[in-house]
Amino acid sequence: MKNSNSVDNIIEMKNVYKTYDDKTVVKNASLNIKRGEFVTLLGPSGCGKTTTLRMIAGFEMPTSGQIIFDGEDITNLPPHLRQVNTVFQKYALFPHLNVFNNIAFGLKLKTIPNGTKTNRKGETVQLFRKYTKAEIKEKVDNALKMVDLEDYGHRNVSSLSGGQQQRVAIARALVNEPKVLLLDEPLGALDLKMRKDMQLELMDMHKRLGITFIYVTHDQEEALTMSDKIVVMRLGEIQQIATPEKVYDEPANAFVADFIGESTILSGVMLDDYKVEFCDTVFECVDKGFKKNEPIDVIIRPEDLKILDKEDKKSLISAKILSSVFKGDHYQVTLLAGGNELVAHDTESYDVDDTVGLYIKPFDLHIMHKTRIINEIDTYITGENTVEICGADFECITDLPAGTPVKVRIDFDDVEITDDEDDGVIGANILSSIYKGSYYQAILSTDDHYNFFADTDYEWLKGDRVGIKIAPEKILIEKRDEELKQEERVVIDETVDGFEEIANLESEDNAAGALNIDAAITENAKEEGEE
Amino acid sequence: MKKIARKPFRLTKKAFSVPYIAFLLLFVVIPLVLILVNAFLDNGNKLTLENFKVFFTSSSTLTVLGNSLLVGVITTLLCLIIGYPVSYILSKMSSGKILVLLYIIPMGINFLIRTLATKAIFLAMGLELGMGTVIFGMVYNYLPFMIMPLHTTLSGIDKSYAEAAQDLGADKATVFLKTTLPLSVSGILSGVTMVFIPTISTYAISQLLSNGKIFLFGDSIQLSFEQGMYGVGSIMSIVMLIFVLLSNFIMNKFNRRGNAARRSLW
Repeated sequence: MKNSNSVDNIIEMKNVYKTYDDKTVVKNASLNIKRGEFVTLLGPSGCGKTTTLRMIAGFEMPTSGQIIFDGEDITNLPPHLRQVNTVFQKYALFPHLNVFNNIAFGLKLKTIPNGTKTNRKGETVQLFRKYTKAEIKEKVDNALKMVDLEDYGHRNVSSLSGGQQQRVAIARALVNEPKVLLLDEPLGALDLKMRKDMQLELMDMHKRLGITFIYVTHDQEEALTMSDKIVVMRLGEIQQIATPEKVYDEPANAFVADFIGESTILSGVMLDDYKVEFCDTVFECVDKGFKKNEPIDVIIRPEDLKILDKEDKKSLISAKILSSVFKGDHYQVTLLAGGNELVAHDTESYDVDDTVGLYIKPFDLHIMHKTRIINEIDTYITGENTVEICGADFECITDLPAGTPVKVRIDFDDVEITDDEDDGVIGANILSSIYKGSYYQAILSTDDHYNFFADTDYEWLKGDRVGIKIAPEKILIEKRDEELKQEERVVIDETVDGFEEIANLESEDNAAGALNIDAAITENAKEEGEE
Repeated sequence: MKKIARKPFRLTKKAFSVPYIAFLLLFVVIPLVLILVNAFLDNGNKLTLENFKVFFTSSSTLTVLGNSLLVGVITTLLCLIIGYPVSYILSKMSSGKILVLLYIIPMGINFLIRTLATKAIFLAMGLELGMGTVIFGMVYNYLPFMIMPLHTTLSGIDKSYAEAAQDLGADKATVFLKTTLPLSVSGILSGVTMVFIPTISTYAISQLLSNGKIFLFGDSIQLSFEQGMYGVGSIMSIVMLIFVLLSNFIMNKFNRRGNAARRSLW
């Protein structure tokens, strides 16, 4: 099964899904990991990164899809037969064993080839033996030396500090000479300084040993520092796989941009190739291939935004200083330009209310497709001036009779979020809330698994339960084709909870190259508990 | 003019301990002292060592003591053999916490009633009452005391230990032998203590379930007092007490050697 491409890959995940009950935790994950690479799975809690790692380790079996390890399908292989070792989040050192025996645990179980012999039938039989005591001692001592704990062999694990336990956990995994080392947020429990030291040590170990490291973290800085390759995940889906530089400089979508480093995300319009309008100004850029007048998101990194004198000829737009905060090695300057808030980093401080000019290189304007421009739902009129949306009747203005299949559109601006679930017509959970210069774009997951996009003035807390209200006149209703209705009826009948509908919507989103958001927040909560 | 300064009464933590101290004195310390005093008195309330001679030279009392220890050991072993798998399976089940109640709830019914009911069942089945039925009754009565601490310990073991062992190459049997079993030692010791100590001192169960054929130490203490042999009865009680303290001491020793930082119910 090996082809020239896959020889370099130690691990290949192909379309892996993981579903608990009916909640999808990992969705269509495909990932190739090269021999000797330092790969980081990065994402907020509940994004499925730990589950992905656990599937590679063998603690979880994928619901569908395939995991290839070194050319062999290991999808359903139990963990003890896999050539990977894990450093657990809370170390999981055996409390009943001392440091030496913890590290020797795997060695004592291992069998190694010990020559061959010819049996009576004339076949050659591979012989195996266990490691001898002396061999185990030598290996454990070497492992202890590697993590600078030479004299700690006899110590009880509970008498060690967090950092020392961490080292024992690493030694315990590495002593088995795995082909791949899996690390599940191994530095999460350490204090900042210790974490920085361990980061460097882990990178050094990776270089010396030359084996593959797969590292799970929610700390974007850690990921950027340590990895050869970053896999950004969100709500069970891989958003981007790229080098740290690329993930930072060319984020695949607004989520990645928002998650990795600071950035300003603004709504704009792509007027033409190389021409983009935002903040009421037309800018030159290096992107092309968008539709004319396509609404897009623009991402600007604070360090790319140059503050100039307002008279400066290079200035592209004038802005007012809103605040200037000292951050140690720079000032974080917030500016208002064309009604949008922008963040810049500068070495100088500015006075509030001063007017300045701004310059940004065309190359530093990162332009991305919008996930969705309008909320669109296929549904039916349920009565006089009411339409069904996500399992509830919304008041609307229409003269269509009950039972008419319709397409409903609601502008992001017109989705009203209420603090109290009971104040809204339907309840929903906040999936995310991203600041876009002058407003927040919130994504809400209804109990019907539909994701509403809403533009609001307030930041909403992720995971909060809220209500959704829509003014009757803001619900735009359009009759659907009768023929279409037939087909859709079938689809709806087949899928009890209307999952297919989301899938359709999502594939449209995919075509637009945008971020996909699905999966209810409840599974987030579930994973959060784990992490 | 001098005023005698009177200390005003203040409600301190000490004040709350007074009822407990009184209780302890009245119902624990004083009876213990009485037993000790009784052991050295004959029926005419004269100081004597005769009681000791009676106890330590009579072969029947020593046989009864030996029998009691034997029944205790057998009961404890059986409870462990039955209780461990049950607790292990329950700790793996999501509904285990509720199911374990099914084992605990019968303890709410008076053990005499339960024992009489067991006896009635045996008689109805036409079984001959003897050592077998006594041990059955003992195991039935004390099994919950084994399951409770075992279940608490087993369900308290972080599943990451088993995962770590698997990750390091252990198959299911090895995971159990090398992690789960050693990590549950404290639960086993609590369970053994909880079963062994009451079984060696119990009475009534053996009498009822063997029709008085099998006589255990607890029964003979009861008998001595009934027959007015306060001295001998007291000595028996003291011997019993020494055995209880001894087994407690041994268990504690084991437990500390095993691991200090592990939680257990008792």
